[in-house]
Amino acid sequence: MLDFPTWRKVWLWSIAIIAMLAALPSLLSATSVRWPAALPQPMVNLGLDLAGGSHILLEADPADVAAQRLENMEENVRSLMRNAEPRIRIGDVSTRGGQLSFILDDPSQMDRAREVMLPSINGTGLVREWDLTMEDGNRMILSPTADGTDTAVNDAMESAIEVIRKRIDELGTREPTIIRQGDTRIVVQVPGLEDPEQLKALLGETAELEFKLVDQNALPSDVAEGRAPPGSEIYPYAATSDFAGQNLAVRRLGGIRGDNLTGAQQSFDPQTNEPVVTIQFDSDGGRRFAKLTTENVGKPFAIILDGQVLSAPNINEPIRGGTAQISGGFSVETANRLAISLRSGALPVELAVVEERTVGPDLGADSIRSGMLAMAIGSLLVIALMIASYGRFGVYATIALVINILMLLGIMAGLGTTLTLPGIAGFVLTIGAAVDANVLINERIREERARGRRVVAAVETGYAEASRAIYDANITNFIAGVLLFLFGSGPIRGFAVVLVIGLFTSVFTAVTLTRMWVAAWLRKARPSDLNL
Amino acid sequence: MRLLKLVPDNTNIKFLKWRIPFFVVSILLIAASWALVMTKGLNYGVDFAGGLEVRATFTQSAEAPVTDLREDVEALGYGSPVVQRFGEDNQVSIRVRLPDDVAANQEAAQEAANEVVRTLQAEYPDFRLDGNDNVSGKVSGEFRQTAVYALLAAMAAIALYIWIRFEWQFGVGALFALFHDVSLTLGMFALFQLEFSLQIIAAILAIIGYSLNDTIVIYDRIRENLKKYRKMPLPELLDLSINETLARTVMTSLTLLVALLPLLLFGPASLFGMVAGITLGLFVGTYSSVYSAAPILVWLGVTSDSFVPEETVADVQEKKARGVV
Repeated sequence: MLDFPTWRKVWLWSIAIIAMLAALPSLLSATSVRWPAALPQPMVNLGLDLAGGSHILLEADPADVAAQRLENMEENVRSLMRNAEPRIRIGDVSTRGGQLSFILDDPSQMDRAREVMLPSINGTGLVREWDLTMEDGNRMILSPTADGTDTAVNDAMESAIEVIRKRIDELGTREPTIIRQGDTRIVVQVPGLEDPEQLKALLGETAELEFKLVDQNALPSDVAEGRAPPGSEIYPYAATSDFAGQNLAVRRLGGIRGDNLTGAQQSFDPQTNEPVVTIQFDSDGGRRFAKLTTENVGKPFAIILDGQVLSAPNINEPIRGGTAQISGGFSVETANRLAISLRSGALPVELAVVEERTVGPDLGADSIRSGMLAMAIGSLLVIALMIASYGRFGVYATIALVINILMLLGIMAGLGTTLTLPGIAGFVLTIGAAVDANVLINERIREERARGRRVVAAVETGYAEASRAIYDANITNFIAGVLLFLFGSGPIRGFAVVLVIGLFTSVFTAVTLTRMWVAAWLRKARPSDLNL
Repeated sequence: MRLLKLVPDNTNIKFLKWRIPFFVVSILLIAASWALVMTKGLNYGVDFAGGLEVRATFTQSAEAPVTDLREDVEALGYGSPVVQRFGEDNQVSIRVRLPDDVAANQEAAQEAANEVVRTLQAEYPDFRLDGNDNVSGKVSGEFRQTAVYALLAAMAAIALYIWIRFEWQFGVGALFALFHDVSLTLGMFALFQLEFSLQIIAAILAIIGYSLNDTIVIYDRIRENLKKYRKMPLPELLDLSINETLARTVMTSLTLLVALLPLLLFGPASLFGMVAGITLGLFVGTYSSVYSAAPILVWLGVTSDSFVPEETVADVQEKKARGVV
């Protein structure tokens, strides 16, 4: 038990020293001393509650993706039927109940219609995307498959992450963390952010830009009440526009989307000096925009952003240059934000902020300072109590405690884990657990001495008997820690990580290392009595 | 150098003599805790209740205008806020539980959060936003659910482990002690209406861990003594085990206490609830290890037979040598 061959000593010291060395870069970063750049740089990351910054949890509504998909399918089917040679005439198109249904004017065209749609039904991926059923001999019903919807949601989430990354990069913030969480959520963490409101506004904007023709035949009374004539739909005006509170009827089909843009900038309208956003279409988009404006000179068209009408200017002349100007009661700031959003592309799905936590940088720094102070005072008190109670054995426990804290920090740095505010509480509890191991051992040695065992036997029995309880206690704590990690979120996980790693370093330092030191001392000094 | 001894050697306190009254007290405390949780309720923070919380410092003021703030926020029409001092005298936390129709709508909830901050920034020139939390009803509901799962799973897993390592009676005893600790901690949070947040769940799990540590140390000694003193009546044996480990129990509780107190007094304000919870749990956990976990073994009838197969020839010889048998 007290036999430590040289190889074992070397091995134990190497583990301790390597783990402690890994803590050095993190400790030095608080001072002016620089860790050589040529060496590895393990670092303990500071959580947002310590470093300051914003944590935002975004959630997509899968129903939104499904609705979008249905709408795309409708346009797709219409164009397929129109472009088929010869044309297949359809009618009574409806998208009610999440299904696309329509009737064929000529039921004998059923097989042809099916053939035309087959590539769209099967989709491009591994799963069939739509189920096709037929009713009454002339009605075709397309309903989305669960697999197809899942794939669509998944694709939408993946590209949403890309869009978010682009937008945040445009803000010039450093090292954002953007992670998918579960099926429909995205976590965005941005450290040290000055203006979290701007970030939220930017993430909340889907930036889906549409140009649609105004339905001039709609009755104003119907529009005001939100009733759309056939073939049209009703959009509200945006709160910032001159007609806020009113509705506008636009033609459902035949508009174009603003998703093939090559650029968007905030600028000023030369006539009114009002902040506007200037957009440039790519060649394809430019051509379609030119076609739309050429065919509808003199008519009004609506500029719709995220389902709200920004403005509905008249088309005075065809716009052929591939450049357009969007006005809608912007401030310089909102125009700038829209420009960023348009540049980075529309979000494929609307995202809602379901959780937000922001910590100011000052508060974070205060927390670190007071947390460290409290930890230092606590450690000193613990050390004083240990040395006063156990003398030499208390000194060993103290050295083990210091190594324990450094190793814990080093391992956290090596694994790249994050230190959070609750993590500081975890450090204190780890100190408690480590000290408890030494208390158990030392009390047991005392007891064995009192029962009349000789020094070496007492120490051996002390370590052996106490270890059993120490291991049992640490394993159960490990169970609690792992569950905390699995079920916990954010800062709580930070606590669990410290607790779990701390269990290992505590057993290593408080049991193994102290036993090595005590053994060396016993061998050298050969004491006949213990002052314990 | 004379070393400090907090507990004299060879104490012989008859802990178990009072086991019935103390156990009745424990049961009553558990019942009272749950009654408090049911009637007064827990003061849920935004983590569990949803809504928004704004933390701020009034940099030029000695004291935060708590009453004015309450009126200012109430005037916005989102209901009555909870305004509390938080850390220094000039720091506050303002918690608003949004009305259901606002909370249900993400955009409206966002706007409410922005409006509170904007209004206060305009009203008080020295208002410094230290942070804000904004949790939707859906997410807070999930937090509540996973918190309950985490606690139940931890308790079940731990009880199972102890059953495997010891005997089923020990598992039941440990589980009851944990239930006692969790109940009393919840009761105290209900009584003092301290904010109950995710951090408190972490605190409760830390308490579970600590209390269990205590229980295991005593159980380990009981197991050892059961093998050693086959003929000793159980209450006497439990008393012996508790007394033998008493020095350790006191010393460990004390060291943990001196480590926690500075964190409670000088540590970050946002850790106060968590550290307060752990500190309260320290006392509850120590008490339950002695007065819940151990006496249950008497009633469940643990005998030394449970551990007989583990007794080796060497043990028997050792006992003979020491004249125990």
